[in-house]
Amino acid sequence: MSLEVIDVSGLATIQDSGRKGWRRFGVPSSGPMDAFACHAANLLAGNSSQHAMIEIGLGDIAFRALHDCVVAVTGVGYGLSIYIWDFPLWSSYYLRAGWTIRLNKTDSGMWAYLAISGGVSPFDTAQGQPILGSYSTYLRGHFGGLDGRQLQVGDVVKSGIPSSSLNELAARALSEEAHPAYSDNPIIDVILGPQEKYFTNESIATCFAMSHEYSVSATSDRMGYRLEGAALTHRGKAELISEGMTMGAIQVPSNGQPIVMMADSPTTGGYPKIGTVISADLPLVSQCVLGRSKIRFRETTVAKAQKKYRALMSGLNERIVEADL
Amino acid sequence: MKPRIVPLGDSALLIQLGDEIDLTINQRVHALANLITNSSLNGILETVPAYATLLVHYDPLLLSFTQTKNLLRGKIDQIYGNESRKPRRVEVSMKYGGEYGIDLDFVANHLHLQVEDVIRIHSEKIYTVYMMGFTPGFPYMGKLDDALIMPRLETPRTRVPAGTVAIAGSQTGIYSIESPGGWRLIGWTPLKLFDPESESPFLFAPGDEVKFIVEK
Repeated sequence: MSLEVIDVSGLATIQDSGRKGWRRFGVPSSGPMDAFACHAANLLAGNSSQHAMIEIGLGDIAFRALHDCVVAVTGVGYGLSIYIWDFPLWSSYYLRAGWTIRLNKTDSGMWAYLAISGGVSPFDTAQGQPILGSYSTYLRGHFGGLDGRQLQVGDVVKSGIPSSSLNELAARALSEEAHPAYSDNPIIDVILGPQEKYFTNESIATCFAMSHEYSVSATSDRMGYRLEGAALTHRGKAELISEGMTMGAIQVPSNGQPIVMMADSPTTGGYPKIGTVISADLPLVSQCVLGRSKIRFRETTVAKAQKKYRALMSGLNERIVEADL
Repeated sequence: MKPRIVPLGDSALLIQLGDEIDLTINQRVHALANLITNSSLNGILETVPAYATLLVHYDPLLLSFTQTKNLLRGKIDQIYGNESRKPRRVEVSMKYGGEYGIDLDFVANHLHLQVEDVIRIHSEKIYTVYMMGFTPGFPYMGKLDDALIMPRLETPRTRVPAGTVAIAGSQTGIYSIESPGGWRLIGWTPLKLFDPESESPFLFAPGDEVKFIVEK
């Protein structure tokens, strides 16, 4: 089963749940910007959470189905059309050979995920091997996915064997109450530290004030989202001895403008981190509109964050319903 | 400094064993990383050793912060007094100066040294890979002799070829893939530091000892 790219203006890459176990060698985990939407697409397609899929952002993409297959599409900020019909996201669909499927960027949101039942896997023997155990594309490193690059017109994306019959896998939807609370201007929960002592008290107060918004800069990318707002002031130097960091970490370089590290984040960094976005809210950050969205930060605790994440991730299978088409 | 465990968000924690670049502290970091990896604790995903800290990624669906902290506390106690180990020694044959080591003359001038002195001082020492990061396979090595301490470039170069040997501050490193770079470039090695398709993709591992061999 396979899809051929017939048109693409956005940034489309192959991603799975991420590259694991190589961060100590300096290899970023990569993987999806919106891990929830990616996970949900795999669930809807009847795949395991490790299966690879197509992530699309910043623009449009269209495919032609070369065989009958089932696809699941999730995410925010896209309109979906299949053959001659428009359909909602967060559902799975039966594609007939020869049909066209289009994902067109709309005003809000940022990333969509297209999973194929059976998972995106071996393109052909030369290109299809996972790199360091993962199919995720790491564009800066030029490896993973399809030759380490974004998808182009003419690429054929192949899939593995679906977990059940196409009829059983199609027309399923994730009920809306299970979606994260996506918003163009979200309030984001953050765990303070570990370098909160590097900042003045006033700066910490500003960072977490409900009256203070950060704009998400248009210069953001898969590595990090740059924020623009009131500059945060360091007490002393704006550098520390490099240490490990992770997606969601909020680094503040000497200009005082925070950067939220995203999927392609370097594994280590030397700027003080005022806090880290909680796992449950990372999807909301990722779906901010670059150059337009405003973010507000709110302080939370690790215990509350983990409770929120477990609530978000639990029982998703029970929230898959028949799609109302 | 007494070890501290602090959260980095809700799915990682940072074990701080010190707050300076120091070989003994760094050896404890690697000892702890190895101990945790070899213990294969359920829910502990991976570790990232750095100069004086160890970042531990864990699965928040399986472990709470407190549970993770308690699991690791016992491991930390075990490493004190047990740092002695036999690190792997990696020999790196390199050519100083030339097409890629374009800053070698500038470095010598700036430090009021002869080029031969820079080469001798840099190649004499055995370095430790304190940590890896920046790009896949890039080793941060130290500690460089005080006579070779150079500031970084004010404006990083946009393109430094893979294999270029460089210095900055009290560190020396090797660019593992072509990337931007702000360190002073003093030479080049033909060795491949990162080959994603190879069975052993990395030339170095954190904690390795490294000796540069001068190629004429």
